[in-house]
This record gives sequence, structure tokens and C-alpha cells, in this order.
Amino acid sequence: MNAEVKSGQNQATLELQNVSRSYGDEWSQEHIIADFSLTVESNKLTVLVGPSGCGKSTLVNLIAGFDKPDSGKILLNGKQVTGPGQDRMVVFQETALMPWQTTRQNVVFGPKLRGERSDADIDAEANRLLDKVGLAEFKDKYPIQLSGGMQRRAELARAMINHPLIMIMDEPFRGLDAMSRELMQEFFVRLYEENRRTNLFVTSEIEEAIFLADRLVVLSNRPTSVRKVIDITLPRPRDFHMLSSTEAYEYKREAMELLHEEAMRSFNRASGSGLMDAIAGGGGGD
Amino acid sequence: MTLYRFKKALSTPTPYLMFFGIALWLGCYYLFVEGWQLPRFNKLPGPVEVITEWLNPNPDWGMSLFTPIYYEHTLVSCRRILIAFAIATGVGVPLGLFMGWSKTFRDYSFPILETLRPIPILAWVPLAILMFSGLETPVIYLATLASLFVTTLNTLLGVDSIDEEYFRAARCLGAKPHHVFMHVVIPGALPFIFTGLQISIGVAWFSLVAAEMVSGEFGLGYLIVDAYMNVTYVIMVIGMLTLGFVGWFSAALVRIAGNRMMEWRVRALALEGR
Ligand SMILES: Nc1ncnc2c1ncn2[C@@H]1O[C@H](COP(=O)(O)OP(=O)(O)OP(=O)(O)O)[C@@H](O)[C@H]1O
Ligand SMILES: [Mg+2]
Repeated sequence: MNAEVKSGQNQATLELQNVSRSYGDEWSQEHIIADFSLTVESNKLTVLVGPSGCGKSTLVNLIAGFDKPDSGKILLNGKQVTGPGQDRMVVFQETALMPWQTTRQNVVFGPKLRGERSDADIDAEANRLLDKVGLAEFKDKYPIQLSGGMQRRAELARAMINHPLIMIMDEPFRGLDAMSRELMQEFFVRLYEENRRTNLFVTSEIEEAIFLADRLVVLSNRPTSVRKVIDITLPRPRDFHMLSSTEAYEYKREAMELLHEEAMRSFNRASGSGLMDAIAGGGGGD
Repeated sequence: MTLYRFKKALSTPTPYLMFFGIALWLGCYYLFVEGWQLPRFNKLPGPVEVITEWLNPNPDWGMSLFTPIYYEHTLVSCRRILIAFAIATGVGVPLGLFMGWSKTFRDYSFPILETLRPIPILAWVPLAILMFSGLETPVIYLATLASLFVTTLNTLLGVDSIDEEYFRAARCLGAKPHHVFMHVVIPGALPFIFTGLQISIGVAWFSLVAAEMVSGEFGLGYLIVDAYMNVTYVIMVIGMLTLGFVGWFSAALVRIAGNRMMEWRVRALALEGR
């Protein structure tokens, strides 16, 4: 218990300084991320929202250390990120539980490999975490036997047992049906409010973003950079009713407008003619 | 539990369908050869004749379930398969795993594998005879070679089939390369490995019998050719059927071993209703 509380109070600031990444060769280079600067503040839930395909996973890969930026720096507590490490836990867009390990084996996988703690200690914490995410009964099942929502919770447990400085979640609830998605959002927000670690959450759903966020980062279109950071001051603990408040509505309108502008801008660039300007101008009323 | 799995593996198709299938097959065989006596089949012994001989304590042609020589041929072939399959698996699986895991090693070895693999096993016969003395080693060598290629290639494809996400997850959790090998590469490749092993044991039988037909004085392949030369067609058919049964049995053993090692996979397939 102690370790967990301590890590919750750990300072963890992630800084992205002018990060750029492009794919392709010299002749047909595609700039996915350009000049991306952002400070992910300690013990806050920062949500990145941007359309599908804008480069969110690319950015996550850079922060996780699976990929290197072409230019710019990524610093965690002032130290440059050079590769994957257990100080940054990623919950992936697609489920990445090892199908050949039971839920419990998946959860204890990291700590047991590293052998920093005694097995008894790890097992005790695993049981506690599995209890917390409501999977105590399913600990000896294989991932394939769990529902989509359960898999996501197992993944949360697998990340949390490592006490990372920062949790990075790449559209973790994508692909769940509306009902379990809502349940997972509620569950996740509870978990966060209980113990405020530094969290970077990536999504393409505005409502989800507003419901969860302390800080909402609206992304620009490709090449992706930060369009605007909005502080969300909805009270905590959150519940879904707050989403129908005028305050939430204002946030939503603002974010939607920004994203719409961005979408229009790239649409114009793609079509390369003034025609779309005319349409955008005409349809700007909605 | 083991017995249950055993029964289950043997009866992969629903049991009554299996019996129906066998009955249908035997019925046609009977009708073509002994019932209607079609001209094309008139040299062949019918099922009644074969089964009577097979179960005859005093066989007319000198061989049945009651003569030691029958078991000698069968056991010799089985022993050869066991050795060949063990070597092919022991070499092929690690080889395939390393080829899949290390890009450098793969770049070196893949062209060799790909040029040797398409050479039909019968084309290796002269080489095998030149390289190895005696009768036993060349035959085992040929069977090993054929199944080695299959096992290696399937293992390699198995490693390729592993989703990148699992490697990333493992590295994120602090896994060192040897951990990744043990906990991601091996278990991730197992389904392909066992599919490969089932094919490979079939290929081993195939090449073993081919080799035994060319050279040797024991084994089911030899028995079949020998019976053909001596115009003892009943024995030839007994040899063929025996091959069918031991081949099926050995593939079933591989399948059982696979299911035991991949419980997660059995669960997954069960969920899909298979
Ligand atoms: N390894 C790669 N090589 C070349 N192009 C890539 C590579 N990875 C991603 N891309 C391209 O980069 C763009 C952004 O991809 P990315 O997966 O980061 O987007 P995303 O915002 O996460 O999208 P989604 O909502 O679908 O998850 C896509 O157009 C994709 O085609
Ligand atoms: Mg993505």
C-alpha cells in the first residue's frame, strides 16, 4: 500500500520540445508530427484529442521510446527518453495482453522479470490490484476468455503494478461497445481520482476527453502539433451528469470548433482549390 | 484427463461420422473389388480377403497380426520415424526460432533454406547413399531432412506471425532480450510450430517410405515393394493400411502434445466452437 501512495505523490513532468517525426524517404516524405511542444503536468490527467489518423499513436510511440523523433526532445523529469522503460507504462490501442498467459501471469509479468521485489510481495499486490479492477474471479482465465472491458482492466492492472511515473493510454476504450465504454470511463475516472498519478490519455472522442481531463489538448491536423490547451475545471469526483452542464457544453463547443477548423484546413489543402473555401465559408454557420 | 484428451484427439471428427466414413470407404472398396469385380480392380485383393489374412493366426502368405515379422517391419519404420522426427524437431525448432528472432541470422540462413527446400527428397537419395554407409543412416537422414525443412519454415513463420504489440508490451515492462525470447517468441510461435510438426511428421513418413522402397531390407516401405515384387498383393495392402494407421496415430500424438502445451489455444478454439 505504501509504495502505491508514494508513487501517486511522485513528481513526474513530461516535456515534449519541438518534437518532429516523418515517415517515408527523402522524395516522398510525410510529416506526421511537426514542432510538437507540450508539458504534461505532474499528477494531472492530460487528454490529447485529435481525429483518427492524425498521428496520435506515432506520438505515443515516441514517448514510450519505441521510436525516436527526427528532431526535438522528450524529457521525463528532465531526463531524455532514449528507449522503452518501466517509468512510462503504455496501455495500447489494441489489446496487448499476452494470450498465452493467464490474467494473473500477465499482471505479474513485469515485476517478476525484473525481480526487484520478492515474489510474495508481487503476488500480494497483484491480488489486490485484480480485486480492485474486479477481476479477482478471472485471474486464472486466459485473455481470450475475458470480455473487451475486462481485458482493458487487466491491462490497467498490468501497468499499475509497475508504479510508473506516468501512464500513457492510447485510445484504450476504442472498440468497446457504448455501454462498456461508458462503464470503463467511469471506472477509470474513479481510479484516477483515488490516486492522482501523471496520466496522458489519447482519444478521438471529445466527450470522453472532457469527462476525464484536467487539461484538454486539442491537436491540429497533420502535420500534428498542439492547437490549443484547455483547462477543464469541472469538479471532481466526476459523473456523467456533468457532461450536460453548460460548462461542459462550452468546452465541447470550443473543442469541436477547433477540430472542425483543422479538418477544414486540411480538406482545403487536399483539394487544392478555392472551391472548398466557398463551401466552408457557406457552411460555417453550423 | 489424459485419457479424455487422447480420446478427443483421436476422434477429431464426431465419432459416428468417422465410423460412417470408414464404413463408406470399406463398402466402396468391397463393391469395386469383390462385389462388382470391376476390371480395373481385378488384380487387387478385396477387403474381406485382406482382413481375413490380417487376422489369420496361420496366414496363407506368411504374415498377419500373429507373426513377429509383421511387428518387426512396423517397429523398424516407427523407430526410424522417431529418430528422424526427434532430430528434425530438435534442430528445426531452435533454428526457426533464431531465424525469426535475429534479422542477421535470418539473412544468412534463409537463402540456404530456400534453395535446399524445393529439392525433392528422392533427389537426395544418391547423395544420402554416398554420404552415409550402411542401410539405416541414409534412410533416417532422408526422413530427417524432409521434415527438418518443414519444421524450420513453420517455426520461422510462427515467429513472424507474432504481433508487434507483444514485443512492445514486453519491452515496456522491462523484459531483456532473453526474456522476450522465452516469454514472447517461443509461446507466440507455438501454434505455428505444432501445425508445422503435424505436417512434418507426415512428410517424414512420406520420405521414409520412399527411402525404404529404394534401399533397405526392413520397414513398411520395403515390405510393400517386396510384396509387390513377389506378387503377394494381400501383404502389400496390409502394409499400406498399417502405414495409414501408424501415420494417423503419430499425427494424433503430435496433436495431443500440442494441446497439452498450449492450453490457452485450446480455450481459444473452444470459444470459437471448434
Ligand atoms: N511505420 C510507419 N511508416 C509509415 N507511415 C506510418 C507509420 N506509422 C504510421 N504511419 C502513418 O502515420 C499516420 C498517423 O498514424 P497513427 O497511427 O499515429 O495515427 P492515429 O492518430 O493513432 O490514428 P488512429 O486513430 O487510427 O489510431 C498514418 O497516416 C499512418 O499511415
Ligand atoms: Mg492510434
